[in-house]
Amino acid sequence: MRRGSADYARRDLRREVERPVDRQVLTLEVNGERIELLLPVHKTLLEVLREDMQLTGTKHGCELGECGTCTVLVDGKPQLSCLLLPIQLEGRAITTVEGMAGGSELHPLQQAFAELGAAQCGYCTPGMLLSARSLLDTNPAPTRDDIREALAGNLCRCTGYVKILQAVELAASRMA
Amino acid sequence: MTGTNHFEVIGKPLPKVDAVSRVTGQAVYADDMLPPRTLHCRILRSPHPHARILSIDTAAARRIPGVQAVITGADLPIKFGILPVTQDERALELEKARYVGDPIAAVAATDEEIAAAACDAIEVEYEVLDPVMSIDAALASPKDERIQDYGGPHNIHKLVALEFGDVDAGFARADHVREDVFFFQGNTHLPMEQHSAIATYVDGRVTLWSSTQVVHYVHRALARVLELPMSRIRVIGAAHGGGFGGKTDPFAHEIVVAKLAMITGRPVKCTLTREEVFYAHRGRHPVLMWVRTGVTRDGRITAMHFKSALDGGAYGSYGVASTFYTGALQTVTYDIPAYRFEGCRVFTNKPPCGPKRGHGTPQPRFAVELHLEKIARDLGLDPVEMKRRNFVKPMTRTVNWLRVTSCGLEECTERVMEASGYRDRERRPGRGMGFAVSSYLSGAGTAIYWNDMPHSEVQIKVDRGGVTAFCGAMDIGQGSDSVLAAVVAEELGLQPKDVRLVTADTDTTPIDLGSYSSRVTFMAGNAALQAARNMRALLVEAAAAKMGCSTDEIVVGQGRIGDLSFEEVTVLAEARFGTLTSAGSYTPPKIAGPYKGSGVGPSPAYSYSACVVDLQADARTGLVKIDNVWIAHDVGRAINPLLVEGQVEGSVYMGLGEALMEEQTFRKGLHKWPSMLEYKSPTFLDMPEVHTFIVETVDPEGPYGAKEAGQGPLLPVIPAVSAAVFDALGVWIDEVPVTPEKIVEALRRKDKGEPARYGPPGFPDIPYPDTIKVEPPTKELDRDAAAPSI
Repeated sequence: MRRGSADYARRDLRREVERPVDRQVLTLEVNGERIELLLPVHKTLLEVLREDMQLTGTKHGCELGECGTCTVLVDGKPQLSCLLLPIQLEGRAITTVEGMAGGSELHPLQQAFAELGAAQCGYCTPGMLLSARSLLDTNPAPTRDDIREALAGNLCRCTGYVKILQAVELAASRMA
Repeated sequence: MTGTNHFEVIGKPLPKVDAVSRVTGQAVYADDMLPPRTLHCRILRSPHPHARILSIDTAAARRIPGVQAVITGADLPIKFGILPVTQDERALELEKARYVGDPIAAVAATDEEIAAAACDAIEVEYEVLDPVMSIDAALASPKDERIQDYGGPHNIHKLVALEFGDVDAGFARADHVREDVFFFQGNTHLPMEQHSAIATYVDGRVTLWSSTQVVHYVHRALARVLELPMSRIRVIGAAHGGGFGGKTDPFAHEIVVAKLAMITGRPVKCTLTREEVFYAHRGRHPVLMWVRTGVTRDGRITAMHFKSALDGGAYGSYGVASTFYTGALQTVTYDIPAYRFEGCRVFTNKPPCGPKRGHGTPQPRFAVELHLEKIARDLGLDPVEMKRRNFVKPMTRTVNWLRVTSCGLEECTERVMEASGYRDRERRPGRGMGFAVSSYLSGAGTAIYWNDMPHSEVQIKVDRGGVTAFCGAMDIGQGSDSVLAAVVAEELGLQPKDVRLVTADTDTTPIDLGSYSSRVTFMAGNAALQAARNMRALLVEAAAAKMGCSTDEIVVGQGRIGDLSFEEVTVLAEARFGTLTSAGSYTPPKIAGPYKGSGVGPSPAYSYSACVVDLQADARTGLVKIDNVWIAHDVGRAINPLLVEGQVEGSVYMGLGEALMEEQTFRKGLHKWPSMLEYKSPTFLDMPEVHTFIVETVDPEGPYGAKEAGQGPLLPVIPAVSAAVFDALGVWIDEVPVTPEKIVEALRRKDKGEPARYGPPGFPDIPYPDTIKVEPPTKELDRDAAAPSI
């Protein structure tokens, strides 16, 4: 007989909760709106967007930077919000899926994804859309390989990527 | 009147009814919900693959500020399980842990970090037992004790042996008999959304929102374990982030949050971490297979004997059904006049296996397709031609009593042959094509728990111009809501956007058995069709009365009923009949054969697929690059071709992942790679061009002739990959996944003059019971099959 040891994937958190948490007042700019928040310094952008700002359009699949689901744009570039800390992001322009449409007018990428069935369960869709938007903002006429390359960090389990590829092509042609 | 030849909605590639909410981030998934005062739940899981639980001390955890409740198995002692015959799970295990990740205790706290810290503060004393980690180990006498206290001998869970027709006579008249052994490694669903559930307890009633595929089965499990009447529990399917079979069982976290909500009186949410999703599993069983087939000189099958051994993991889950499925559908693709099936499922100390896309049939499909390829080469026949000679025919009954109605195997094969240029392919080393076919159910013909009730029901309410359809079906992204809306719209002369839907809510919607076994389009579609036709009859009668003509003269379509607008007619009909409601239901025909175990396999209709894979394989590195996949799928009729294509393409993708890289394996009791980075799945860069062909055979019983599309097209992809590797390099990879190491090893063996093959060396001795001999159906039943009745 031996005592069970916590030998699977867990660190000892017990003392962590007893420790005072460092908090900081931060000003973030998300989808063009500035907001002031008092945040624990270790909280990720993903958590702040979803829990403190109720921007639940940003999803999570692993919270380890592996799946691309939580992709947002920081100054127009795709970044994984689960690996970012808000203290890094003051003065930077953050864009989430909620910031893509102009009012109730869908962004051409959103329109193309909807029309062609590029969103099945829709869970990877916000991250996929933002990676695609960053691509089209910098490369308005991408080749199929350019699209594959740009979206290779965003996993999808439903579509086989086929209709996503077609939707990005369609949106690019409409935006040209 | 809507005729079969001029549909206004059916057959149109319309966007999904919920497309905008999905592309704008407005769809509300379970983890997106955060009602005021929500508590966060974390579950303490076993660090040992096999251990007795001696004591659990939660005192320290309860003292942590912010902790509101801590529960253990003592709070939820009643066992549950998806199948009535295997009620072997506890929401929190009391006596022993059976795999790394088995739930032991749970905490509700004011935030997730506090809940996690409290889990760490729970002291559990274990007596560590010898883990059983393979099929061979499970077949042997256990060193310490058995994993479960039922089944047997040793760690065997289930044994089955059935024979249809005279197999010995079939082998005796064969000109050639061949045996092969294959192994299909287990893999997991890897939905992008981690499982999540949130419960409230208000006015003495539990409400649970969950990312489940089947609200009804969760409802039943909650009632059983919480000891509440079903009328005091409401289960609602939240927006769904992908299932693929992995969210079809009732899960521990769903029961735990309901219990914690009852204790604390506050909303309680539990979202599994990605690592925990790998432990929740219920994915593809690893299966070792042995197959022996007799054929005539011209390649006609005379008899087949198929043996399977499934590594089930620690609990029953759907395992008994999975076991039967490894033997059931061989006869639905090929005409096999005599067939023996021996199946075995064992318990091991791993996360439980269950249903994944294709449930129990991709493994035998892989084995049988490659086995027939080899037989054709033994006989000097073209494998495609030999397979064709054995294709099952429409409107027949198989030797194991399965009723085949529409069947597009021939047409599917012709489409992929023509498009791929398979027959005239360029032959050079390192480049190959492989071909395979398959069949799959359009819904299981029998329910998980025995009953005579309908499998799907739909209610329709028409009220001052608006149409609302109610159905328990759960849209898991495949678009079942859109199919329901399309059917109702077609019958009422509207567009899908005109139909409001209420689905997957046990309080407000009638029963549907949920999104599994490819049943929703067929069963909920038929129920919706009946309900809509009943509503249409009321509206047509009201319109005819106003117009002073007979109902036969009323044309429904384009938003009009006769000379009147739809809105005008709803007012007339409501005045005439009172509240306007209608209902429809679907019960599958009773067509199972007269033997024990015949409940697995029957379906009101089977889909058919054919596939050609075109690839490059590097003899030096073993690396495989898929260039093209041509796939034809007999869907009966495409209610929405855009959604059918999406299902076919997604199936091809998932099949390629399983064929080339996905595997769930263990080392010293631990999952080797419980993360999305290490568990390899295909990225955008790994996907080839997919050429999809929809074949329509218009099934006599499907809604508008429709059959399934979500699972069948995965099946032929996997054997086609391995056949293409043989075509390219001349080595057989008889094991899934077909990895570079296996290819290089097979080539090394070939160079040394050994058999040019990588695969399992043999099949173990399994104490199968005496074979139950079943008389095949008679010719009279063939005629019944040609005239099915609901």
